[in-house]
Amino acid sequence: MLLRSLHFTGEEAPPFELKGSLFTLTVLHLFQLDRAAIERHLAEKIKQAPSFFNNTPVVIDLEGMTDSPEGLDFNGLYELLRAHGMVPVGIRNGTPMQQAAARLAGLPALPESRSANNGKKPERAEAALMRSRIVSHPIRSGQQIYAPEGDLIVLGAVSAGAEVIADGNIHVYGALRGRALAGVRGATETRIFCQSLEAELVSIAGRYRISEQIDPADRGKATQIHLMEDRLIIEHLSR
Amino acid sequence: MATIIVVTSGKGGVGKTTTSASFATGLAQRGYRTVVIDFDVGLRNLDLIMGCERRVVYDFVNVINNEANLNQALIRDKRVENLYILPASQTRDKEALTKEGVERVLNELKVGFDYIVCDSPAGIERGALMALYFADQALVVTNPEVSSVRDSDRILGILASKSLRAEQGDEPVKEHLVLARYAPERADRGDMLSVNDVLEILGIPLLGVIPESQTVLQSSNAGVPVILEDTSEAGAAYGDLVDRFLGKDLPHRFTSAQKKGFLQRLFGGS
Repeated sequence: MLLRSLHFTGEEAPPFELKGSLFTLTVLHLFQLDRAAIERHLAEKIKQAPSFFNNTPVVIDLEGMTDSPEGLDFNGLYELLRAHGMVPVGIRNGTPMQQAAARLAGLPALPESRSANNGKKPERAEAALMRSRIVSHPIRSGQQIYAPEGDLIVLGAVSAGAEVIADGNIHVYGALRGRALAGVRGATETRIFCQSLEAELVSIAGRYRISEQIDPADRGKATQIHLMEDRLIIEHLSR
Repeated sequence: MATIIVVTSGKGGVGKTTTSASFATGLAQRGYRTVVIDFDVGLRNLDLIMGCERRVVYDFVNVINNEANLNQALIRDKRVENLYILPASQTRDKEALTKEGVERVLNELKVGFDYIVCDSPAGIERGALMALYFADQALVVTNPEVSSVRDSDRILGILASKSLRAEQGDEPVKEHLVLARYAPERADRGDMLSVNDVLEILGIPLLGVIPESQTVLQSSNAGVPVILEDTSEAGAAYGDLVDRFLGKDLPHRFTSAQKKGFLQRLFGGS
């Protein structure tokens, strides 16, 4: 602060400022470098949640990838991800050789934050629990509420034209008339609960059903929605 | 210190200006110093409904741009004491409404008035945002029809997120529902949403139900706020609405079809 004021005293305002900030980023954990397999898998994911892959920044995690004689083709991987709506911003983990190759492709190695935590799983579970987001007002048409890395709990109605999204479960203590997307980062065990199912769309981990595909017998009922063998199941909540 | 009330809806043609005119007139009739501002810059109508279109010299935008002072622009109503109109400009567009300008004008008005009624334009763009930004309370005008209800829902979301009160984390804008152009017989037949349907979707307190009425059209054309036609149903309904706003506990009238309403009241039905 002092330095800055010394530097710019009597001069015009600085054109920029550097600040540290925290972001939630999607991590693409790479297990193997089979281009065709990656492409196939990506196409499938995108089909499930097209809007999610819209210039989404991703970090490529190389944990467990061994050095191969030919090295990793980061340029090729970069192009492939870009073509599918993802923007790689850096890599994580990896051997020194992989990190050097990534740097050449313009992908910096991000400092590892999690490895220090290795073997301390309970702490992570607790952190996830802390991230539940509770919204105590109704969610109106045109509003979008997202709970990253946790559950979303809404104490009111979700109006038609509103969207509630969570990496975890979604609970709506009111009528669900808008769209609800749980487990948007692929957590298939997540569920949606609501007091009155009148939704425009419900989705779990990319599997979705639109209003038309919801059985009229389920409409207006207190329900839970979950995945069973890749199919969305709507169940009435018994009292 | 004056209370700022926005009359808004999202959708056009649902009765915002009619409601603004009658609401402001009603407050003034009951002795409160009231000013009603037309935020619909470029599509000015409030002056017509209030019957003062021939007396507009300066307007809201002139005051914002310091081309006139408030006293020059405010039009005193000839019928009701304590009532003033600040008309919109017809020749400018909504970009003329700057946050700083609107705030300055409202702050000046706050000193001399009890209530400032902001008649919002339709839509969710600049004019509508400026009309609601400084509001303490909101009358959300809705017709018993799905698109109107959805647009009102959208406006309620904007009130809860984009108003000054929301931005500063103050007590939220107090919301009131005004259900206009209601025809009980048609609601009974299922042609229209019923009062309860609308309340269930929007979930905010009902301030008044204004019945569909020929008188509204006639008085609009004559430049008389319909609340002054107190023998008409719509006029009486606006009268009740103002009393309720001021804290009177009145039952809602004109919400059920004539005959049935009588029987229901006799037998204690709701």
